[in-house]
Amino acid sequence: MISLFSIQRMIPGRVKADRFNRTWMFAWLLVIVVLPLAIAFGLIWKSSLLFEDHSLIEMIVSSEWKTLSGKFGFLPFIISSLWVTFLALIFAGPVCLFSAIYLTFYAKAIVLKMMQPVIDILAGIPSVIYGVWGVVAIVPIVSKYVAPVFGVQTSGYTILTGAVVLAVMIIPFILNIIIEILNTIPKELSEASLSLGAGKWYTVKQVVLRKAFPGVVSAMGLGLSRAFGETIAVLMVVGNVVHIPKGIFQPGYPLPALIANNYGEMMSIPQYDSALMFSALLLLTIVLVFNLVSRFMIIRYEEKFR
Amino acid sequence: MKKNSGKSFKKTRLKYEEYFFRWVMFLSNYIIALILGFIIYTILKTGIPALSLEMITETPKGGFYFGKEGGVLNAIIGSLYLGLGSTFLAFVVGLPVALFMNTWLMNKKRTVNLVRFILDLLWGVPSIVYGAFGFTLMVLLGLKASLLAGIIVIALLILPIMIRGIDEGLKNIPKGLYEASYSLGSTKSETAFKVMMKQTMPCIITAVLLSFGRAIGDTAAVLFTTGFTDNIPTSLSQPTATLPLAIFFQLSSPIPEVKQRAYAAAVILTAIILVISILSRVFTYRYKKHSIKF
Repeated sequence: MISLFSIQRMIPGRVKADRFNRTWMFAWLLVIVVLPLAIAFGLIWKSSLLFEDHSLIEMIVSSEWKTLSGKFGFLPFIISSLWVTFLALIFAGPVCLFSAIYLTFYAKAIVLKMMQPVIDILAGIPSVIYGVWGVVAIVPIVSKYVAPVFGVQTSGYTILTGAVVLAVMIIPFILNIIIEILNTIPKELSEASLSLGAGKWYTVKQVVLRKAFPGVVSAMGLGLSRAFGETIAVLMVVGNVVHIPKGIFQPGYPLPALIANNYGEMMSIPQYDSALMFSALLLLTIVLVFNLVSRFMIIRYEEKFR
Repeated sequence: MKKNSGKSFKKTRLKYEEYFFRWVMFLSNYIIALILGFIIYTILKTGIPALSLEMITETPKGGFYFGKEGGVLNAIIGSLYLGLGSTFLAFVVGLPVALFMNTWLMNKKRTVNLVRFILDLLWGVPSIVYGAFGFTLMVLLGLKASLLAGIIVIALLILPIMIRGIDEGLKNIPKGLYEASYSLGSTKSETAFKVMMKQTMPCIITAVLLSFGRAIGDTAAVLFTTGFTDNIPTSLSQPTATLPLAIFFQLSSPIPEVKQRAYAAAVILTAIILVISILSRVFTYRYKKHSIKF
């Protein structure tokens, strides 16, 4: 039999446990929310040494990279990164868009069901495996078959190779977002167009894509930022030569590769260490800005159809 | 092209356009599937001949990096330690946060959406930046390159994936279930851990496996933080080898025998990832049977 006394003793204990749980769970939530700030501050703190005798603009526009004499020009790395990233997006973007349209409007349900594991596995393959694939398969293809067509001699470790590998890596990422975006468009819109006698492709082009345009653009933006930060796979195939690349058949040296390649030797020179941390900060800033803008656009876009 | 250049002409043009784009779409879809096939084919073709029992049962012996005997057991075990440790850590932090977002903050849509937004941003942060940050953290805490440092950094890296994965499941639980449990007198934390958690089990399993796969495959973040060694680590403060790093280092060697090992190790890593992918499918299917249907 439960007496009133025991009930009273029971409740506070459970409520106390509940309050206790609330406190620590909230604390952990706070930690997560503060984490991006912590990352940024940590990197700013470590790269502050570099700012003592280098100005920000000078470092970004200069292309002289001599670590021993303290010359840190990030331009070659930034330009290489931009080349590789945009080229990858040019390869991956249209494929993703068309494939997403096919999967959402044309294909039978079973095709989507079969493609889902393909996309998941592509997304799950570690970047080092993509790197091995790039070295074993794409590098020889570029040096033996692609470059001679354009009359160029290369070893195969070029911007183009990096971009191809990168494009494959971001395909599952962009594809998933575009499929999600296309699914948020109300069925009534395309049905109205179809019922007026417009063809399927005409409907897709004039109704669906027009409505989905901001969403598709932001999906590309997210893909771009994902590509910008990819390290190991690109590093393995892109050649890593410090210069400003002038064409797609030249080697490049993207920002993430710079950090990864020099992680051991930077310890000896404090300014060098600081420069690498600054490049991580640069990377973080660029990626966060792209992410921020794209995510905002997606949120805006989804609100429109709610 | 003029707008009124004849109705039939426009019709045929549209028809061909439709044909053309249908083919383009069809092709681009199957190209993606073909690429996956190409990747797996390449990895298997180069790796299978180099694969031997020695590879997975022995640690590197003297002269291993000149093509002498030994295997990559140290890297396999190291990767498993790292993956399990960081997934566990991320789960212990991530599950309560996801539950908190969906019980206590249930009626504060703006706050929850802000948290989701921040998590999405964190997901986008490149792993090399996590590596650099982890390195800074290590210097600050006075840690050396070790298994522990690697576990912490990788846990931070996979936290957003873990939380968003679990959150995606919790988000779809009808409010009625939560209200029913609450109206029966259970507290919020009891509701969270006893009702919501059970209901979203398939999502939790998927999120955990997804995070584990990401943890085991990540290279850039552990480059700074775990160091590299030929021995199997026996404590958290020792450095450890990981499979992706082993592949990376061995592939950059000029000696063909060592390169062969990198290909073989790539097969092992790919196999682990594929097994995880299959497992997550099986588990999701299994556990779906136990949740309450609406």
